[in-house]
Amino acid sequence: MSAIPPAGLRTQHSGLQKVFSPTDLLLNSEHSLCPGCGEPVALRTILELIHDLGVRDRTICVAGIGCYTAFPMIMDVDVMQALHGRAPSVATGVKRVRPDAFVFTMQGDGDMISEGLQEVIHSAARGEQFTAIVFNNAVFGETGGHMTAATVLGQHTKTSVGGRNRERHGNPIKISELIAQLDGTAYVARAAVHTPSAIKLTKQYLHDAFRSQLDSKGFSLVEILTMCPTDWFVTPDQGPAFLETKLIPTYPLGVIKS
Amino acid sequence: MSERVLMEGSAAMAEAAIRAGCRFYAGYPITPSTEILEYMSVRLPEVGGTCMNAESEIEAIGMVWGAAGCGVRAMTASTGQGISLMQESFAELANAQIPVVTINMCRGQGDYFQATRGGGHGDYRFILLAPASAQEAVELAQLAFYLAEKWRNPVMIMGDFLLSHTSEIVEFPPSTYPALPPKSWAITGAKGRRGITLSPLGPSEKLSTDLATTLARVIDKHAAIKVEEVRVDTGYLDDAELVVVAFGFPGRFVKYAARLARDKGMRVGYVRPITLWPFPSQVIADIADRVPAIAVFELNAGQMIEDVQLAVLGRAPVHAIGGISHDHSGFGVGPLLSVEYILKRIEDVYPRKAKVA
Amino acid sequence: MRATVTIDRELCKGCALCIPVCPPKVLVMSEPVNTKGYRYPLLLEGCTGCELCAKVCPDFCFEVYRELRPDEAAS
Repeated sequence: MSAIPPAGLRTQHSGLQKVFSPTDLLLNSEHSLCPGCGEPVALRTILELIHDLGVRDRTICVAGIGCYTAFPMIMDVDVMQALHGRAPSVATGVKRVRPDAFVFTMQGDGDMISEGLQEVIHSAARGEQFTAIVFNNAVFGETGGHMTAATVLGQHTKTSVGGRNRERHGNPIKISELIAQLDGTAYVARAAVHTPSAIKLTKQYLHDAFRSQLDSKGFSLVEILTMCPTDWFVTPDQGPAFLETKLIPTYPLGVIKS
Repeated sequence: MSERVLMEGSAAMAEAAIRAGCRFYAGYPITPSTEILEYMSVRLPEVGGTCMNAESEIEAIGMVWGAAGCGVRAMTASTGQGISLMQESFAELANAQIPVVTINMCRGQGDYFQATRGGGHGDYRFILLAPASAQEAVELAQLAFYLAEKWRNPVMIMGDFLLSHTSEIVEFPPSTYPALPPKSWAITGAKGRRGITLSPLGPSEKLSTDLATTLARVIDKHAAIKVEEVRVDTGYLDDAELVVVAFGFPGRFVKYAARLARDKGMRVGYVRPITLWPFPSQVIADIADRVPAIAVFELNAGQMIEDVQLAVLGRAPVHAIGGISHDHSGFGVGPLLSVEYILKRIEDVYPRKAKVA
Repeated sequence: MRATVTIDRELCKGCALCIPVCPPKVLVMSEPVNTKGYRYPLLLEGCTGCELCAKVCPDFCFEVYRELRPDEAAS
């Protein structure tokens, strides 16, 4: 660590307790995601919760395909890598044969709401006892900035040039509201990671969703709005403001079903 | 149960899978594979297993992927169209080396290319088994689960309409396959160890993915399978002047036609590949060295004939004596699947210079 | 409240999300760059150990140290 302590404090931090460091479930702090990306922040809260709830030993994460596909290699839990959009069916198979496992999917909006919309709807309707987590940055990040089913009206991407237009490109799908309508869904909430208070809310909602799985209440979904400055075509420090002003009006935060 | 029972082919295969330890099935109703799903829906819960009627074929193979990835013996079945839908998952779970067993209850024999070449992307192969009777299907179902785990490679059993809906006497012998090593690759929850990833993209070790190495390891695996796992049924080869190659239930018709041809003085032999991949190329190559003519009977526009031609490499003429043949519904066998027709075609291509004994 | 953070400047990708969230405003971006070419945060005097920088950082650069409050137990 190349620490730079302020002048006036001894470098051994004597008398000070370490109150925060990245969780042990993070095998490596280094990752290849972009400056200002929100997904690592979401990952950190997920891993911290797995640790706090004491479920690491029986956790099975089913990962979709997106920028976050880089995460399994730094997560100290078992991971099954699925195909784009197909994590919910794989998670269904996992949870059905290992009902004592703690199972969650890790997907993006392109993965869950474009390619895999059918899979998450069916899993929710069946009340499968796993937690689906979607990192919603309203864009296909990994391919370089293309429209997904969650891209908001007016949002410029390389396939909604000049801004998503209702007549030409149709309307975004609000996955939380959609899934909440289905019997079999026990808990649905939407959070974000663009501010400290939003991050706190993310952790709370994830906790409640995980709890509903551990109590076998049914299917749970947590939608986490994450920053993607690269494919929002803004600078990293502008990511939080873009999320607040462009995404949250379409995707308000809160508990949608509990 | 070692007694003999009368069962439809689909039910017999499903029962054989359960006897082999299959405890998870996911499928989608599609003719003529539907009876397997029906049988599993009743029987799997009886043995503590799970049967899912998935909402699509893609979700069915996804569920099987998840179950098999946890180390549970898992299976799906469909027919050609549904198998088409599953191709992306097939290719990728083969890369991840997940041992699933699949059944294609074909409507005819038109899915040979799809099965042997793979309709998915990349350098993957499925081990392919083609039974010609319900009893053989029972034995191949057992073998399928063994081979899938032995090689960590998916296996497909090619059925057809006759297998699915014909009732035959079957018995279920106990498995005699050797024990396999524990499934250290299976996803179980990382108790007592570091977490592992089961992925098409790279080895399980964390902190590294090496796609090139992952994809290259199949070359050695495929080569070893080709050496060790060829299975073939042959007959009347020693003095044959014409050898007919056929797979699946039509192979039985060809065997019978060969006997009838012999009664008429024609020296006809047959080769029935049981493994379509690995294909019994060496057996056919050896025959091509000493037999004047080879014929291929298959109910399609000519698919397996290419593998035969590749094995023969021009050393003997290879005649196509089959063809596309369906009944009016498209689901059932057509008029070409008849011993009389096969015998006539054998007469058509029997080498003229050969003596009629 | 005596507190400090340690910052792994080589992990930093210069996103600067930590700068505006720091309540006492004791984080500033450096002028020099790390070996990846990114500027990284420097800590001035006055850190309260609130952990907000660590929570928003996408690259896990921060560790936070402070005196424990009377109601907190040592870990």
